Amino acid sequence: MERYYQPEIECASREQILAWQNERLVKQVKYVYDRVPYYRKKMEEKGVTPADVTSVADLHKLPFLTKADLRDAYPYGLCAVPISQAVRIQSTSGTTGRRVVAFYTQHDLDLWEDCCARAIMAAGGTKDDVVHVSYGYGLFTGGAGLHGGSHKVGSLTLPMSSGNTDRQIQFMCDLGSTILCCTPSYAAYLSESINERGLKDQIHLKAGIFGAEAWTEEMRRDIEKGLGIKAYDIYGLTEISGPGVAFECSAQGGMHINEDHFIAEIIDPVTEEVLPEGEKGELVFTCITKEAFPLLRYRTRDICVLKREKCACGRTHVKMSKPMGRSDDMLIIKGVNVFPSQIETILLNKGYAANYQLIVDRVNNSDTLEVQVEMTPEMFSDSVSEVTAKEKELVNAMKAMLGIYAKVRLVAPKSIARSEGKAVRVIDKRKLY
Amino acid sequence: MTINQISVFIENKPGKLAEFTDILSKNNIDMRAMSIAETPDFGVMRIIVNDSYNAACVIREAGYVFSITPVLAVAIPDEPGSLGQILNIMGKGEVNLEYLYAFTAPKKDWAYMVFRVQDNEKAIEVLSKNGVKLLDQAELDRLFA
Ligand SMILES: [Zn+2]
Repeated sequence: MERYYQPEIECASREQILAWQNERLVKQVKYVYDRVPYYRKKMEEKGVTPADVTSVADLHKLPFLTKADLRDAYPYGLCAVPISQAVRIQSTSGTTGRRVVAFYTQHDLDLWEDCCARAIMAAGGTKDDVVHVSYGYGLFTGGAGLHGGSHKVGSLTLPMSSGNTDRQIQFMCDLGSTILCCTPSYAAYLSESINERGLKDQIHLKAGIFGAEAWTEEMRRDIEKGLGIKAYDIYGLTEISGPGVAFECSAQGGMHINEDHFIAEIIDPVTEEVLPEGEKGELVFTCITKEAFPLLRYRTRDICVLKREKCACGRTHVKMSKPMGRSDDMLIIKGVNVFPSQIETILLNKGYAANYQLIVDRVNNSDTLEVQVEMTPEMFSDSVSEVTAKEKELVNAMKAMLGIYAKVRLVAPKSIARSEGKAVRVIDKRKLY
Repeated sequence: MTINQISVFIENKPGKLAEFTDILSKNNIDMRAMSIAETPDFGVMRIIVNDSYNAACVIREAGYVFSITPVLAVAIPDEPGSLGQILNIMGKGEVNLEYLYAFTAPKKDWAYMVFRVQDNEKAIEVLSKNGVKLLDQAELDRLFA
């Protein structure tokens, strides 16, 4: 039996959803125009006033927001409320200059947690469940979102946070966790560890809600088999609120977007034109209910498809496919956002030529990053220990900038493959999309 | 009293070493001595050749990253304990040794070592004072004549 957290919203008629969207969008555009000078200026530059937006059909008239805008307006430039009304900050794992800082009022936290509660109940969660949250707590939205959602459902919430696998497994066995929330790669790792220790019959998991990184159907099957559960996908981004912007239902064929809070569009990432329904393009979100950080037409850079067909679960909100790629060069490695340009900066700072190649792979369900750097006469020495010391320095600089370990491999000059004279900067062997 | 060693960056991949030595032989460069220091990813090949200027030109032309380092070549009697004696002399003279390797020449009763030290001047002084025989490039070439 399908369970809903807010059935009157989740299964509302299309007409009702559209009516909500029309009303809320009109109000929101005026709200943002009045309170966010940064966006008001963008609207003025485009010659749009709040009066021009009378329904969702006018959405395309509004200017876009991108990560570059977030950077320009950092830290408070896009916040629509005074500090006295905001109650929370969350942030992405991105590094200096790439970090997203988002603000929440109590109302915003409530709607975010509602969205997560919908996801938990769609995965079969009830107040009788023990929800094991192994997403990181802290600035990262993963822990806070699912934690809040679990509270809303009334489940017994286990705020494990990430890491310490021994303790995770022990709590899981002792306390009878039934729903696991974490990244898919950590779920795969937990599954392996549990099976290695022969503890599969000691765990009571029935479902898992996995997001924050791309994963394949094959990985889903592995995790489902390894843990004896049903695995559900969840989608979100800090800019829009966090996990729960969209979530998977029992049909496991795409994620329902919470359209009462977020309007989704698909655009051509090059022409920025809105694409007809069913076409593949970049996902754009407009927040119509948020108070503190109400981004309008925010470009996610995720490439996907929207599907409006009727869903077997009874929900009526539009479904998005798993992201099929990115419209920028951002890589998500171990859940961390990595831009090749960051690595280029480190190399130049350390005196290397900017001739490099990133090899991203997934080994035993865990991401690996190798940075291949072409050797230069300046960096070379007849002493191996001097060369390896420089290599180590590079590894440390990358760890400091990216927050993850990257293996450095020094390669011969001109050995990095070039196509049409231009080096191929990224080789992603993970086949995630 | 030093000789030129050429050190070359070689990737640790099958065939890379052969590729390099082929280039030397095609250009009639004879290796007098050789050693390789390696890590899992790359190796540093150190060679002493008959004509280091020509070799450097050839290696540069072929696109390798390399460096030229003055090192010491020492002749030692081919008998037990003679290397230990030299190392003791260097130790007592506080000469910092980075690495060393041996090579042979077609001359009976003598073995040859290459020493890479931090301070060549100091090492030459300490070794000469203790009667150790150092070779220069001309003497080295004569060994192979
Ligand atoms: Zn559904």
